[in-house]
Amino acid sequence: MTEIIRFLIGFLLIVGGFLSLVTAFGLLRLPDVYTRNHAASKSATLGVMSILLATFLYFYLEHGHFNSRLILAIIFIFVTAPVAGHLIARAAYHSGVKLWDKSVQDDLKNKKEYEQQNSN
Amino acid sequence: MAFQFLLNIFLAFVWMFLSVSFTSQSFIIGFLLSLAILFAFRRFFSSRFYIHRVIAVISLLFLFIKELIMANIAVLKTILRPKLDFKPGIFALPTELETNWEITLLANLITLTPGTLVTDVSYDNKILYIHAIDIPDKNEAIDEIKNSFEKAIMEVSR
Repeated sequence: MTEIIRFLIGFLLIVGGFLSLVTAFGLLRLPDVYTRNHAASKSATLGVMSILLATFLYFYLEHGHFNSRLILAIIFIFVTAPVAGHLIARAAYHSGVKLWDKSVQDDLKNKKEYEQQNSN
Repeated sequence: MAFQFLLNIFLAFVWMFLSVSFTSQSFIIGFLLSLAILFAFRRFFSSRFYIHRVIAVISLLFLFIKELIMANIAVLKTILRPKLDFKPGIFALPTELETNWEITLLANLITLTPGTLVTDVSYDNKILYIHAIDIPDKNEAIDEIKNSFEKAIMEVSR
């Protein structure tokens, strides 16, 4: 049983580290702010969450120490990371950052007209 | 919903006072017994029996976790592919949800889905502007997912 638990903890740690590494790769490779934001807001969230979960399981199952702050940290990251991604993308768009030149569609351009139509 | 829950706790306290034992075990027993009473009297409440809503919240949580894992696999595939041949773009998604917290929840859920990121919400709360990492092959599949999310959120708030 303890071997299975240790295997699980190690697996979670490796997955978390790998996802963080892939996030860093994504930030370097992807072409514009918005696609980089995809990498940062998703992979980093799950990577940090699985590392925290592995830490929690290690201290709970190996040392018998139940640390509720780690659970709170997991919940806070889960709730706040997508909001941060959304705010960065929104601020970038409204300060005039261009989309990648291979982008095919931009409906947000029509937002002003839509709002003028519906404000009457 | 909140009224039914408070009534449930109140009845559990009544059970503790009736049986003159103030332990957590007797609280739990009283809670379960008064849950049965509330279930028997459910047609006198204006809203649904509240356990339905608790189940809907839990299934929404599992949907969240599943989508987070799927999104990560999709992002991994996009990043580690040798050629960057995707076509990003921003599309508008009309939504039927009305209150602010429902829309916040939907926006968070969409941000954690594979290949989509909410960029803006229109001022009348009817359109979400979503940046998708690969527009051509995903547009319809994504709309389908959105419908299932909207249904799950409505299931909670109805």
